[in-house]
Amino acid sequence: MKSRKPSIPYIIWMVIFTMIPIIMIGYTAFTDKNGNFSLEPFANAFFYTGVFMKSLWIALISTAICLVLAYPLAYIITKMKHSTQNTVIMLMMIPMWMNFLLRIYAWVTLLQDNGPIDMLLSMLGIHATYIGNTGAVVLGMVYEYLPFMVLPIYTVMSKIDGGLIEAAQDLGSNSFAVFRKVIFPLSIPGVISGITMVFVPSASTFLVSQYLGGTDDIMIGDIIDKIFWTDQNTGSAISLILMVFIFVFLILMNFFGDEEAIA
Amino acid sequence: MKKTKKKSGILSKIYIALIMIFLYAPIAVLIFYSFNKGKSTVWQGFSLKWYEQLFKDDNIMNALGNTIIIAVLASFFATILGTAAAIGINNFKGKKRVLIQNASNIPIISPDIVMGVSLMLLFTFLGVMFNFEMGFVTVLISHICFCVPFVVLNVMPRIRRMDSSIYDAALDLGCNQWQAFYKVVIHELMPGIFSGLLMSFTYSLDDFIITYFTRGAKFQNLSIEIYSMTHRRISPKINALSALLFLAVLIIMIIINLRDRHEEKVKAQKT
Amino acid sequence: MKRTISIILAVLMTASFAACFSGCGNSSSAGEVNVYNWGEYIANGEDDLMDVIDEFESETGIKVNYTTYETNEELYNMLKNSNVSYDVIIPSDYMISKLIEEDMLLELDFDNIPNYENIMDRFKKLDCDPEGKYTVCYSWGVTAMVYDKTKVSKKPTSWDALWDESLKGQILMFNNSRDAMAIAMQLCGINPANCTKDDVDKAAKKLAEQKPLLKKYVMDQVFTEMEKSQAAIAPYYAGDVVTMMEANEDLDYAMPEDGANLFYDAMCIPKCSKNKENAEKFINFMQKPEVAADNCKYLNYGTPNQKAYDEYLDEDMKNNELIFPSDEYLDKCYVFTNVPDDVYSYMQEQFVKIQAE
Repeated sequence: MKSRKPSIPYIIWMVIFTMIPIIMIGYTAFTDKNGNFSLEPFANAFFYTGVFMKSLWIALISTAICLVLAYPLAYIITKMKHSTQNTVIMLMMIPMWMNFLLRIYAWVTLLQDNGPIDMLLSMLGIHATYIGNTGAVVLGMVYEYLPFMVLPIYTVMSKIDGGLIEAAQDLGSNSFAVFRKVIFPLSIPGVISGITMVFVPSASTFLVSQYLGGTDDIMIGDIIDKIFWTDQNTGSAISLILMVFIFVFLILMNFFGDEEAIA
Repeated sequence: MKKTKKKSGILSKIYIALIMIFLYAPIAVLIFYSFNKGKSTVWQGFSLKWYEQLFKDDNIMNALGNTIIIAVLASFFATILGTAAAIGINNFKGKKRVLIQNASNIPIISPDIVMGVSLMLLFTFLGVMFNFEMGFVTVLISHICFCVPFVVLNVMPRIRRMDSSIYDAALDLGCNQWQAFYKVVIHELMPGIFSGLLMSFTYSLDDFIITYFTRGAKFQNLSIEIYSMTHRRISPKINALSALLFLAVLIIMIIINLRDRHEEKVKAQKT
Repeated sequence: MKRTISIILAVLMTASFAACFSGCGNSSSAGEVNVYNWGEYIANGEDDLMDVIDEFESETGIKVNYTTYETNEELYNMLKNSNVSYDVIIPSDYMISKLIEEDMLLELDFDNIPNYENIMDRFKKLDCDPEGKYTVCYSWGVTAMVYDKTKVSKKPTSWDALWDESLKGQILMFNNSRDAMAIAMQLCGINPANCTKDDVDKAAKKLAEQKPLLKKYVMDQVFTEMEKSQAAIAPYYAGDVVTMMEANEDLDYAMPEDGANLFYDAMCIPKCSKNKENAEKFINFMQKPEVAADNCKYLNYGTPNQKAYDEYLDEDMKNNELIFPSDEYLDKCYVFTNVPDDVYSYMQEQFVKIQAE
């Protein structure tokens, strides 16, 4: 149990199938089309700073909304009967088993002018456009990744010892205090996993904005997808920058998480 | 006290219901259009013809089979690899652990296309060296690649919350190492392992870019089938297929749930 | 719960291993052919049409491994950078030139493709393959505009209509650099068939002017947008315009007077092929008049097969100028050639930059 050996197969695996590809990306990012060393790909990548910032911003907002929605949900689920818990978790995952493109299409149908949502709300006298803007992109992201926030938080919360909560209650804490002093700090590792699993893919995803957003909502994932076919160097450079950003974000969060868990 | 509890019970039910509506609204739309007579997104009357044609379409059925096989195998292997990795990584200390843990996130950080292309180049290189063509196995390996991080991410928090003395306690109580590991540690980590498995399975079902680049000439899965339809338009057969899959999964779920309830009742009666 | 799930898992695993092994040993004596085609680009048994692949398999006993791609660039990338072997591919005009230039195609043995004689003369010696050694045309079409009669009062006569300020927020545009740039170039008086970086700059400027007027850059979404009356006007491939018009009575088409892009996709055998004879059998089968006709009906794209046109298509289809434009119109159209790599990647880059701004 104290051994590091179990991780050896994966570390070897990582070196072959993760590190080598990364090195190849790094190599491509620092060369030009003829294979000579060049910083030009990074100069080209600089053009997309605006898209870059917007993508990170969209990912951040989506992650925050997911967290706000998922946290109480996970908490409620842990309070249910055991068999119901499993069912609810499965019910959350099943929609994700339908193909991604089909789900996005379905959202387009739901959100478009004279679509179900528009008709419902216009009966209440509300008229607006629900698709083709950043809001719709965020909605798509939240839909896509919400279960990935709920799962890890639920996993950790279901582990919290009921006795601990009772002890706190016996010591005179009210439910809010129990939550703040016991449940919340103990759920931090789950929250961090959840944030990682939502923020990381939503920052680099593509297609969501193409289907739900307008002409100004293109995300960095779409840019990489478009440019990579003809210009692998610039594509790699953008990817590399994106990865560095996400890395920094993750490392900061891990430090924060460790502090919190110790305190 | 009791009153507030009841009130919060109703509130939580409403909350769950709202989330479920949010999650299932698109699925309802998707199933609705599988009964559309026409090929377009305009409602042209009720028909079951897409269901009929679905079963005649060998391509789609073949792709469906491939998708499920890959998802099952990839999530299975990824779960084993990932759980072992998480246990091992947890025993590293300080900076080393942060480093390995973050390195393991690379497959999910890198955009799919980058991952796909670099794996293709790697497999092609190895393929020329060892004389094999890309296909089922290379797709499986690639899927395991991006599934493992999800397993690690799910199992890790559970390990960090685990009291390591229970393992020692199990040893003291006469378990051998393997028993202690299996009965105590794995049991403790099960919810995390299960979440990881579920997530891996889900991601594997949906992936198309990485599959696209590593599949070779004979392997086709559903998402590639669907994605390449976007050059023209997605066939409602796919909607019909999704509706059927959904129904199948739902039925299995209900059966399991009923059984679990029954078991719980029996347990409750015994005590 | 856990036990049930593990049982299900175990069953699935065994089943999948079994399926995998049985799949591997299951190659028939007549061999196989690896076909790599566009998605949704072959009649598949829907709408009372033939299931072409099934039919081929039962007629010849050859097993077809059918996979699909979404863009010419995907196809090129797979051929160039991986050691995968395909037997029949169906690239478009400019990609064929590129493949020929880079010596990636095999010459066809036309003795094995007797149905080649059914092909119309116009499509026998394609511009990209002037000697007609490598290709057998599969289907062709032009680009056109589709518009909503309730939103656009006058039938457009030029691509200009896509820059109409009064339709601000209701215009759709190709989300693909080659087609979008070509339209802009035509409006700037440049021949899109053969362009330079300067031309790309001019076209990019034109497209940048258009962006504020646009609702979206689209590909497949054009169907939903137009069929459900979400947008006013869009350019797309003429065969698909026919499909859209079938679903929404308010739609009509417009063909720019000074011509549009004529594209064709043709069957070729790449150098990596290991089953050349089967590939030729497949190509020959695809040019049987009844097969070609069913493909044409399924796609709504023109067939190059004269016999199919004469004997198997109904008058409505033959007289539809979107599917079969007149020869005079086709003479005004331009075909994409293989622009040099650096120009193409410049084009792609400029188009992405317009979208990113």
